[in-house]
Amino acid sequence: MDSFLHTINGIPVLGIVFQFVEYFLNALPFMSRVAVELAVPICLAALCGVMCERSGVVNIGLEGIMLTAAFTGWFAEAVITGIMGPGTPTPVFGLTVPLVLALLAAIIAGMLLSLLHAWLSISVRADQIIAGAIINIAAFGMTGYLNTLLATVSLPVTSNFTALTIPSAVSNIPLVGWLIDALFGQGPIGILMVIIVVVFQIFLFRSRWGLRTRAVGEHPRAAETVGIDVIRTRYRNVVLSGALAALGGAYLSIEATNGFQAGMTQGRGFIGLAAMIVGRWTPLGAFGAALLFAASQAISQTISISPPTGELGTLLDHVPTQFFDALPYLITIVVLAGLIGRSIAPAADGRPYQRESAS
Amino acid sequence: MRGITKRYPGVVANDHIDLDLRQGEIHALLGENGAGKTTLMNILYGLAVPDEGEILVDGQAVRIAGPSDAIARGIEMVHQHFMLIPVLSVAENVVLGEETMANPVFLDRREASRRIRKLAGRFGFELDPDAKVESLSVGQQQRVEILKTLYRDAQILVLDEPTAVLTPAETEEIFVLLRNLAKDGRSIIFISHKLNEVLEIADRITVIRRGRVVGERRPAETDDKELAELMVGRSVQLTVDRGESHPTEVMLKVEDLHVRDDRGNEVVRGVDVEIRRGEILGIAGVAGNGQDEFVEALVGLRRVASGRVWLNGRNVTGASPRQINEANVGYVPADRHRFGLILAFPLTDNLVLTSYYKPPFAHGLVRDGRAILAAARQRVREYDVRTPSTEVAAQTLSGGNQQKLIVSREFGGDTTLLVLDQPTRGLDVGSIEFIHKRIIEKRDAGTAVLLVSAELDEVLELSDRIAVMYRGKLVAFVDGRQADKNQVGLLMATGGATDETHEATGTST
Repeated sequence: MDSFLHTINGIPVLGIVFQFVEYFLNALPFMSRVAVELAVPICLAALCGVMCERSGVVNIGLEGIMLTAAFTGWFAEAVITGIMGPGTPTPVFGLTVPLVLALLAAIIAGMLLSLLHAWLSISVRADQIIAGAIINIAAFGMTGYLNTLLATVSLPVTSNFTALTIPSAVSNIPLVGWLIDALFGQGPIGILMVIIVVVFQIFLFRSRWGLRTRAVGEHPRAAETVGIDVIRTRYRNVVLSGALAALGGAYLSIEATNGFQAGMTQGRGFIGLAAMIVGRWTPLGAFGAALLFAASQAISQTISISPPTGELGTLLDHVPTQFFDALPYLITIVVLAGLIGRSIAPAADGRPYQRESAS
Repeated sequence: MRGITKRYPGVVANDHIDLDLRQGEIHALLGENGAGKTTLMNILYGLAVPDEGEILVDGQAVRIAGPSDAIARGIEMVHQHFMLIPVLSVAENVVLGEETMANPVFLDRREASRRIRKLAGRFGFELDPDAKVESLSVGQQQRVEILKTLYRDAQILVLDEPTAVLTPAETEEIFVLLRNLAKDGRSIIFISHKLNEVLEIADRITVIRRGRVVGERRPAETDDKELAELMVGRSVQLTVDRGESHPTEVMLKVEDLHVRDDRGNEVVRGVDVEIRRGEILGIAGVAGNGQDEFVEALVGLRRVASGRVWLNGRNVTGASPRQINEANVGYVPADRHRFGLILAFPLTDNLVLTSYYKPPFAHGLVRDGRAILAAARQRVREYDVRTPSTEVAAQTLSGGNQQKLIVSREFGGDTTLLVLDQPTRGLDVGSIEFIHKRIIEKRDAGTAVLLVSAELDEVLELSDRIAVMYRGKLVAFVDGRQADKNQVGLLMATGGATDETHEATGTST
């Protein structure tokens, strides 16, 4: 077997491809887990976008909402720890009282910021792109400024959520074990995301709320003529969606890492928007697209952690890491340029609704 | 409805209107555009709030603050522009707002489909509840709209110009359905400005002019002439006297023209046609059979896939809109808001959209404001455009006056060819009369006229020759003066696939 592999790997050019496939298959369990981890914040941002835009409100403020939630979550945990003490973490997920309260604080912060966006876009009927941009700029400035101020203060040591350990009996199940490990070998926010994707998908297409949301996003006047309150539906969706983006932000500061850095979302909100579009405004699609984007990053991380040997290793040494950083965006362009066919936005997306002549 | 009054800034849309509707009756509301019909019905449906007056249902005064109040009283409305969501299924559209639930959260889609099938069957038509609305024909969509009201068990149905987009055959089918509903004890308000339809379907007719009720008639006791006079407030010539045509040399010649739509589908599939100076060629056809693309290709707005277009003996295939325009071709587009006018611009600028760059309106790079203003004033006077001044934005005018504005621009000067796409869509009787007269005048002055209209009556009234367009082809040519409405209607619907229509084409070409 070894000699066979050695032979086919030695074929010029084609051999490199075989080497890559072998390396890829070997690294798959590790890589898929990294990919899911990286996909969590992107996916949550995309879900926030889906919920907003299905009801007809464009929200490019995802980045800002995530950043604010990330900061709030981390800061709230530090403050609450200072008041109540750290408490003992539970064996599963590493839950502590400050940590859970911090997550709640992050969600509330995200929803408040979404409420601002809802008010600007729905009631004031401001340009929704500008409203979103304002939220991003304000969030970036405020969190960065507060973070600088806090750098001089000594805050109590905080902990973060820990990942669920999938027993090796399960993760070693042939064919599906690695998948279970990748999807559920995560902290509470990561697992919650997987659940939300499924539940959201079912609700959007099977429930009354979902039907009305889609109606309002496609043809608000038609929805109103059958007695649906367009304004209220939009407010509800936008505010609720804030919780999703906030989960994505909190994931960064109190689950994936244990702390806050200025601008730590690093454009994930925007990649989330791209994932929403590539996923055709459906939760499952958004999840798939988020995975696709995360996978390209996961590949680059895997290569840097355990570089392949032989000719493949030599070849990859010459590929700059920036290439892999740029890969998600390249994928977005290629995918949007026609690989998946046309992705059609809800018809009334971004258009403020005004009741006709009601006085 | 009693003493309903609604004022908007500058106008009284409804001035103490009284209207009563009996059970099982079809009551027509007749009036010109802007007479206040739609405002009155929006008040009934809760989309607008009256300044004065009250609404009584079964003798009891009710307050209707929004559509949900109206729905709760059994009042339902079918809007002129369909209130359907194209990407959703028939069932989803029908149940929206009044969903059939399996439990408090999830919909019961099977039960919804069952009820829709049953309801449709009861009134004698069929619909697939799972079909996407965007895949349905306009006539089927209209039925979905009516189904929506029946699903909510409406006792009072308001239909706002329900036949505007239908073919004659589809109109007949809807009329049958409406009569069935009336027989079932439901009351119907039928809004229209089409006199013959109103006379055919209504039990009673109320005519509104400038926000006031000006008369109530029974169809048996009146005729279209009297109704038109009530509507417009003066005597109206309902059909233009088109007179004799004297066609001379060929002006436009189209050879085997193929055109694709925006999605790349070939929608004009080999059109051959000639139009002579001094004749009107009408193109009849159900909307969406390639008429729009054909017209756009002629005036240079759309690429020609293959084929030739000759104008006055010159090959103009693939010429730019400006080149076409400079060959003295006038074009009245179907959508006056998107293509005919720049709504935010004043009338003066709109009137020189096709000639602003050349003398007398410009000298080199400099516009001549005085010449533009003088020309605008003259055209506004000549075409009776009702406007406070020539400097107001085009969007402040009513639809009829906007159309007159376009007509005055495109009909002016020595036109060789006029391309008219739905020239009177959505206009009232008075404006239609005016524009029709001008079209005949241009023909008699030696212009070749191509008239595309979804209104079969208009095509029949004006055309010297009629071509029927069906699935991208001109399937039949009929003499305009001998054409029979039913035969042309059948050709529009079937493309001449049945036996009777073979006969029809045989006799009239």
